[in-house]
Amino acid sequence: MESTLQKLDELKGDRSNVIKALQLIQVHEGFISDTSIREVAEAFSMPAVEVEGIVSFYAQFKRNQPGKYMISVCDGTACHIKGSPQVLHWISDELGIGDEETSDDGLFSIERVACLGCCSLAPVMKINDEIYGQLNRKKTMKILKQYQKEPAND
Amino acid sequence: MIKRIKVGAGSCGLAAGAGAVRDYLKEHITDIDIVDVGCIGHCYAEPIVEVETDSGSYFFEHVDVSKDLVENIRNLEGPSDFLGRPSRKDQEHIKVTALAGHIDPESIDEYIANGGYSGLEKALSMKPGDVVEEVKKSGLRGRGGGGFPTGLKWSFLAGKDADQKILICNADEGDPGAFMDRSMMESVPHQLLEGMLIGAWAMGATQLFIYIRAEYPLAVKHLTTAIEQVKKRGLNKIGDRSVDFNLKEGAGAFVCGEETALIHSLEGKRGNPRYRPPFPTDYGFKGYPSLINNVETFSNIPLLVREGGETFASVGTEKSKGTKLFALAGDVQYPGLVEVPMGITIGEIIYDIGGAEEGSVKAVQIGGPSGGCIPAELFDTPVDYDSLRQLGAIMGSGGLIAIGNNRCMVETARFFLEFTTRESCGKCTFCRVGTKRMLETLEKITGGNGTEEDIAFLSDIAPKIIKGSLCGLGQTAPNPVLTTLRYFENEYLAHVRDKQCPALQCDALVDLKLDKEKCIECNLCIKNCPVNAISDDYIIDNDTCTRCNTCIELCPVNAIERVNQGVKSV
Repeated sequence: MESTLQKLDELKGDRSNVIKALQLIQVHEGFISDTSIREVAEAFSMPAVEVEGIVSFYAQFKRNQPGKYMISVCDGTACHIKGSPQVLHWISDELGIGDEETSDDGLFSIERVACLGCCSLAPVMKINDEIYGQLNRKKTMKILKQYQKEPAND
Repeated sequence: MIKRIKVGAGSCGLAAGAGAVRDYLKEHITDIDIVDVGCIGHCYAEPIVEVETDSGSYFFEHVDVSKDLVENIRNLEGPSDFLGRPSRKDQEHIKVTALAGHIDPESIDEYIANGGYSGLEKALSMKPGDVVEEVKKSGLRGRGGGGFPTGLKWSFLAGKDADQKILICNADEGDPGAFMDRSMMESVPHQLLEGMLIGAWAMGATQLFIYIRAEYPLAVKHLTTAIEQVKKRGLNKIGDRSVDFNLKEGAGAFVCGEETALIHSLEGKRGNPRYRPPFPTDYGFKGYPSLINNVETFSNIPLLVREGGETFASVGTEKSKGTKLFALAGDVQYPGLVEVPMGITIGEIIYDIGGAEEGSVKAVQIGGPSGGCIPAELFDTPVDYDSLRQLGAIMGSGGLIAIGNNRCMVETARFFLEFTTRESCGKCTFCRVGTKRMLETLEKITGGNGTEEDIAFLSDIAPKIIKGSLCGLGQTAPNPVLTTLRYFENEYLAHVRDKQCPALQCDALVDLKLDKEKCIECNLCIKNCPVNAISDDYIIDNDTCTRCNTCIELCPVNAIERVNQGVKSV
């Protein structure tokens, strides 16, 4: 957090950097906490409610701690046509959590995203930074199993 | 002799496993250069390896990490012939994407060796005003969707006298189902930078911004590298001044494709659009005159300047010049990035290039959530700004999704309205509330509770939303509903009158039926049903069933199918 605060210090002279500051915080902490909102408001000398307004406007910003693995199910047009609602269905059933929810063990979160830009591999999902395409049920389950196993190896 | 090996490693390629292929090849072939390149457009064939030899290139598609691969590459055995597939070879007009997938995106030398920055050099030898004239002469129109004449827009900013002038590239490709800009930025980042530098010279811009989607990490990486290289080479010195690039990551808001909303977002604010005038060229970023073009528009500029406006204008139709990139996806055999001359018909793209079987596609969705659905009967429509508008669709940025016969058009319209409802910034009542009401009505219809009054309501509210909204988002949001109503009214009627979904897609109107004649009692469906809706004697309880289709996919003998309700299992 030290380094993030330093960066905030560099950015705070120019209000057009507010979004960048919030993005930095999210990269470091995974989400935007109430404390972060107050810090940003202070750094840019603006009301906290205005910062909250910016955070709530953009889809990228999360206000809750996400799971260790963020599963982003693409629901862009191509993926939707190719059955992304089913993919979401399978994953939800398997993990017992829905869109924008986090599992109790803090391992998985699911979010539906607008488009990952890999339309010719539809349907697609992304787990953290890894993209998986041409999903069917078998493939999806196999991928999930890998991640479910992984924490034991940590 | 093999000169080098290229691995298609755009985001699509990497998603398909190109990273593992590259690592494997590097481990097993140490005597030949192996490089990552961008996208050559044949996304359906990923991962792709191109082997450059003295006698031309050999392509390998759908490659697997295996010993055979290394052998095949060394012996040039079993390469794919997809460059020979119809229409992709015949594209003599391929220009904007000419270098995509052929050069190392992170090498400025390769870009220069292939004619890169010669457009900038030529522009710098011309008077700024003459460059603007050249763009006017070319007839280039904005590729982001609106189709506004680029040269005219440039002349607005060029004519401004201000101490700061801002040039902004809209790289916030928010239209779900479109990836042209991502491909260009990942594959040939320098082409965009060259286009912007030419623009800076022509219009006297002092600051250059690229507003890019945060969801495109690879594009951000390649652009960052390219910007550093440009600075190092001093290519950002135009005339007696130097201009700097600022890469700004957007934070996910479709409405930021609208110029004034984008500017607000650049300023660090909520991306609400505002009333125009004043137009951005009068009052833009922080009050300075600003001009916004999208990635594809800027990427056209180097070619246009190099070859001259007249040559550029020789391709295309009377009012739509040059080529257009389309992100072809959906129900076609060969989805990918295609570049076609303006004026080609939709059918040629879908059937000849996309490889869809004649009769298998009932519509295309063009222009994303702001566009419309065009039915197969009208596939001979030429692709140009004006013909598409006449059909109620728009060119849009280039998303082109083929919708197969087994997809429901009402559900497709609902999908788009769900998107626009979510993305409406909330400023205009008609957009904020109107799209929501439309979405609720569509949900009612796909949920099996619709009436004919609901269809009338949709037709009634749509033009009101168009009239009552300030920006492009609201003004075009009803398009998917209007076009599906116009061309596929029968599907709407089937939902409300007969309570049937002809495409068997709307879960609320569909039951699952198990055919006992076909069933081999393998138990797979029973074991895997997440809600235990299948009894031990193989009867599906449709009240419990969530229509997740798991059993349909697992059944080895296709004994389970979706049927319209009323046709209950025997």
